[in-house]
Amino acid sequence: MTRYALNRLLVGLATLLVASVIVFSVMEILPGDPARLMLGINATEDAVVALRQQMGLDQPVVLRYLHWIGGMVVGDLGRSYTYSVPVLELVAERAAVSLPLAILSLLLLTVVAIPVGIFAAARRGSAADAATMAVSQIGVAIPNFWFALLLVYLFAVWLRLVPAGGFPGWSAGPWPGLKALLLPAVALALPQAAILSRVTRSAMIDVLGEDYIRTARAKGLPRAQVLWRHALRNALIPVLTILGLQFAYLIAGTIIIENVFYLPGLGRLIFQAITQRDLIVVESVVMLLVASVIIVNLIVDLSYAIVDPRLRAA
Amino acid sequence: MSDLAFAAPPTGAATFLRRALRNRSFVTGLAITALVALVALVSFFWTPYDITHLPVAERMKPPSASNLFGTDHFGRDIFSMIMIGSRNSIAVALIAVGIGMGIGVPLGCAAAARGGWLDEAVMRFNDIVFAFPALLSAIMITAIFGPGAVNAIIAIGIFNIPVFARVARAGALALWPREFIMAARVAGKGAARITVEHILPNIVSLLLVQGTIQFALGILAEAGLSYVGLGAQPPMPSWGRMLFDAQTRMMVAPHLALFPGFAIVITVLGLNLLGDGLRDLLDPRLNRER
Repeated sequence: MTRYALNRLLVGLATLLVASVIVFSVMEILPGDPARLMLGINATEDAVVALRQQMGLDQPVVLRYLHWIGGMVVGDLGRSYTYSVPVLELVAERAAVSLPLAILSLLLLTVVAIPVGIFAAARRGSAADAATMAVSQIGVAIPNFWFALLLVYLFAVWLRLVPAGGFPGWSAGPWPGLKALLLPAVALALPQAAILSRVTRSAMIDVLGEDYIRTARAKGLPRAQVLWRHALRNALIPVLTILGLQFAYLIAGTIIIENVFYLPGLGRLIFQAITQRDLIVVESVVMLLVASVIIVNLIVDLSYAIVDPRLRAA
Repeated sequence: MSDLAFAAPPTGAATFLRRALRNRSFVTGLAITALVALVALVSFFWTPYDITHLPVAERMKPPSASNLFGTDHFGRDIFSMIMIGSRNSIAVALIAVGIGMGIGVPLGCAAAARGGWLDEAVMRFNDIVFAFPALLSAIMITAIFGPGAVNAIIAIGIFNIPVFARVARAGALALWPREFIMAARVAGKGAARITVEHILPNIVSLLLVQGTIQFALGILAEAGLSYVGLGAQPPMPSWGRMLFDAQTRMMVAPHLALFPGFAIVITVLGLNLLGDGLRDLLDPRLNRER
């Protein structure tokens, strides 16, 4: 168990390191000098040189990388060119929207998809199974941002139940904030829930065909107990794997969905930063999102060991 | 005799065709996909209206006999826009699948054939690429080169590489210990030659199924990228971009948002059904079970 965990941890760290080199290099080969960009076309040569020095741009690449990555580790992400505030401040403010959104949709997704998948597997071949699978087949094909537009039209424009967009902030208490995140979370969760329910169903069907399930039923255990205790636990590995991969899609999805609902999250920040060529912000946010994907998948890998005792022994 | 063992179902072409025609997913998926491809082809020489012409007086008309899907905010016929937009979706997704297969399959096959450090390196490379969702790659590429359809292709293509590498590796690993591969080795064939002559023909069906799925995902990803302005740029029509334009005008003209969305859903649904059907038809393990 410890060897497995240590191995995954090391691989995760190495992946993080290489990913950071990629992000840094991409931003390195960008055309244009950030110092000149900040000062504008009328800046004197001396001013540009001075600013380059102040920003550390005159140092060798390797040093600058180490400085950047070292800063990341201790939470110093540099200063935004356009907002003139520490990037960490910006990111923290925006993450207070994006993170709850991603978590809320992850919750919705699991709460809906896993029971639906189990239900369909338990009634394999029935009309209910066929109907659920047909609905999920359509769900997989729906782009989340289009679904979001339809939700806005239905619930905000037509029924006037929720706001069409924008975010009131958390200062007014959790409810107005949650209300603003509800439609975006549903829009994000639906296509992923469709995928996860299909995966859960096929994983459960595979497990339900195993000999030990027949044994459990034969020795008189009730159907529900066999389903939820014996089968589900064994079907969880593929389900967890997909759930980990889906987190990457949710992260990417929040970036798009925030644009539909005008939510001031990391996704909006990244797009504003691109148009304003505020590269340090782009670099930091991309790195943070990539890191979160890697870390979530590491957690999934480690949780295998909890779900599957065979890995624990290995 | 060696190749007979694994790949094609042990039936002739005629029986295969009969089974294919009985597979509902396959038939529906193939029909929808063929229809979308046909629409894209026809759009090269005919559309109901010329979309470079902007009859602004006709703007945001609801669907009618003369404009089947209505008109957009410039008075352009939405049906014609969707027809031409299909080209962009198909081209981006198809080339991205090509990139993924072209690089991923050799990587996966090499990893399976050589094993050891090469296998480890390919798998770790996969981990790294998987950490960059296509949207994040597209954001970085756009930051360098500016937005455009080519960036979308590259970003989606990169994300496809580890997918195909994994599928090819898994398929090849299952084949290497088999007798007919042993026989080929005893006959003195090298790893590269065995891969080309025996492994690849036997994993084609796996790759085909995955290719269909990635094609569908590519259509979705392209739509998302053009929606946020990182994909095809106007005046080139694209389904995602049409939805972006529709967003602010939805209160007065909901049809603007309806039809491009339907186009995406139907295309992706068709490809997914085709993929499901192909998997049922081509997977010999499933054949035996049924």
